[in-house]
Amino acid sequence: MANSNHDKPTPQRDEISGVDTTGHEWDGIRELDNPLPRWWLYMFYACIVFAIGYWILMPAWPGLHGYSKGLLHRSDRGELSVALHDLSAKRGVAGQALVKASLEQIEADPKLQAYALSAGASIFGDNCATCHGTGGTGGKGYPNLRDDVWLWGGDLASIEHTIRVGIRSGHPDTRQSQMPAFGRDQLLTGEQINDLTEYVTALSRRKASPATVSRAAPIFQAQCAACHGADGKGNQAVGAPNLTDQDWLYGADRNSIHTQIWNGRGGVMPTWEKRFDTATIKALTVYVHANASGR
Amino acid sequence: MPVLIDTVNGDKRPKVPSPAPLYKKREPIYPKLVHGQFRMIKWVLLVATLAVYYILPWLRWDRGPATPNQAVLVDFTHARFYFFFIQLWPQEVYYFTGLLVTAALALFLVSALFGRLWCGYACPQTVWTDLYIVVERLFEGDRNARMRLDAAPLSFNKLWRKTGKHMVWLLVALVTGGAWVFYFDDAPTLMGQLFTGSAAVTAYLSVAILTFTTYALAGSMREQVCTYMCPWPRIQGAMLDEHSLQVTYRADRGEARGPHKKGETWEGRGDCIDCQQCVVVCPMGIDIRDGAQMECINCGLCIDACDEIMDKVQRPRGLIAYDTDYAVAERLAKRKPTYHLIRPRTVFYALALALVGGVMLYGLLTRSPVALDVLRDRNPEYVQLSDGAVRNGYTLKLMNRSTHPTVFWVDFKGPKGAVVRAVGQASARTLAVPLEADGQRSLRVFVTVPPDEGEHDAHHSRPATFVITAQDGQRAEKKTVFLAAGDD
Repeated sequence: MANSNHDKPTPQRDEISGVDTTGHEWDGIRELDNPLPRWWLYMFYACIVFAIGYWILMPAWPGLHGYSKGLLHRSDRGELSVALHDLSAKRGVAGQALVKASLEQIEADPKLQAYALSAGASIFGDNCATCHGTGGTGGKGYPNLRDDVWLWGGDLASIEHTIRVGIRSGHPDTRQSQMPAFGRDQLLTGEQINDLTEYVTALSRRKASPATVSRAAPIFQAQCAACHGADGKGNQAVGAPNLTDQDWLYGADRNSIHTQIWNGRGGVMPTWEKRFDTATIKALTVYVHANASGR
Repeated sequence: MPVLIDTVNGDKRPKVPSPAPLYKKREPIYPKLVHGQFRMIKWVLLVATLAVYYILPWLRWDRGPATPNQAVLVDFTHARFYFFFIQLWPQEVYYFTGLLVTAALALFLVSALFGRLWCGYACPQTVWTDLYIVVERLFEGDRNARMRLDAAPLSFNKLWRKTGKHMVWLLVALVTGGAWVFYFDDAPTLMGQLFTGSAAVTAYLSVAILTFTTYALAGSMREQVCTYMCPWPRIQGAMLDEHSLQVTYRADRGEARGPHKKGETWEGRGDCIDCQQCVVVCPMGIDIRDGAQMECINCGLCIDACDEIMDKVQRPRGLIAYDTDYAVAERLAKRKPTYHLIRPRTVFYALALALVGGVMLYGLLTRSPVALDVLRDRNPEYVQLSDGAVRNGYTLKLMNRSTHPTVFWVDFKGPKGAVVRAVGQASARTLAVPLEADGQRSLRVFVTVPPDEGEHDAHHSRPATFVITAQDGQRAEKKTVFLAAGDD
């Protein structure tokens, strides 16, 4: 047949099947005009009946002031709130188990541990990852929570306390430490700070000028040892970092160390006591502890 | 493939009046009861398949106290599948894929060899339709009585027969749907719950849906299911060829057909006396003499009907028989027919079936009751410790598929000096993890490699392997990698 749409299709009898064709033809292919089975028609009617029932029972019709509510008063929003309510009830039960058990018990019990780890992962992702990173590895100025270096202690009780009160957070019991800004506040001269930088570099077993180191030793003992210790190994009770390891919160190179002595920077971690319930804090504690290999 | 219809005397199907109606009303089919060898095979298979369906969920199989003792059970709640000695977990869903592939290949092979045996003898649609026709015959009599009853005006006789038939149909449908749910829960417990009204809503819903589908499909839809709904009749066109054995009208012997009076000669005419017996017994309502056609389910009832007639007119049996189109064409051309069961197609299907079946069997026989998955931490990939050591985190999924509790010994093979530690456990080269029967648990594991162990292991990524060994010696291992800053 020609490509013109104006041609009226002429039905023909198909010789093989004995059935009429629709008269349409595409590249020599013709379509048989077989009748639909009657049961198919009944299915169609059944769908219409179902649709009418649906109109009456379910929300269906838009109106000027809202929509028809249907006899069943079904609402997705309502079902969501019921589901959320059920979920928090379920969480309440699991949460009770966390509240009752000690942190050590949670870690030792496979079921409680599994619950705490998965709950902790989502709490961490929502609240802590902004600063500490999604993997908990931190960044410059934000401590890495996956390694073995802890400013305020890495055991379960210490971690829980840090989460509760925060660091320089304004909480009455907050963890608090302040390194003086030796350069900015002119507590030490620039030369002294240069010498101290060399001394701190030597503490972490890197090459440094021996003459400078011996010159700086008395300054370190006078100004730094109170918090960082005479051997420079730090003190977790006051949040003073270990200066002899290979972990540097503000950078390992001389420039970074110099800047830190000059300015005495310190980060802030908020208190979570008022925003999390006990179960949440415990789950988060176990999660953080476990990710640092749970030592 | 030769044009099948041409082997008969033209197309005998009724011509559709023009213009064709938009919707086609179902022509009622009244299959007549027939006796013979194929009917007997179908009776036996009817009883056998129904027996398997109804009895299977009631068989017990002892698997110990921790797991259900039902031989065949699809346990959605606990995500387990039980089949006698086989117990599958959701991770092993590939066995179901393998089963489906095996079933499809078996269907291909059988169809290429013997036509639609499945459709004619074993398909649930065929079996339950047969069962429903038995009930129908019980209440309304055989073909002629049923036709008279349907044509007659409404009377008490018609009313009670029709009502009785539908009642028994519904009962059969209910029992069919009822048996189905037993495959999904402990059968004796569920039986009690179903009757006391304490079973799950899904159970009642499943029973209701299957009652409806059985009643509708076997009661009123019947052959329309095969013709309109089922894809297999369409697919089989690609499986069959002129060498496939299927129910065939021997046109070479039957034509020219026509009525035959006793004592008349058989010279110069065919053996078909046009008695229509093959048509009236057909549950699909077709005429097999039109050749192979999509509607034919190859049940062989027309063979039985024709053989009975051939005996009466004292002609040899087998005017309708399991035969091939090729053989019929050969006889028409006055050549000796040959049969070719071994063809490239059937050989290929058989090889594919043997291959898939063999792989499945090997997998099932060597399937370990102990399984291990290792998920390596990706964020961070590794952690540098203060003393220069490197630590990697892994989450192990330990699975005990056996029916008794065990203790897994978790070993780590990898960089020298590696120390393995699980959260909540002490450090050790080997960890002991208890696990209940039919249980699984995930274990957070940290591996620490100290700095400079002579080969600088801590600073280079190395292949590593976790191995778990159960108390009874069953092992599973998984390869992974210990990552560090450097690459080799």
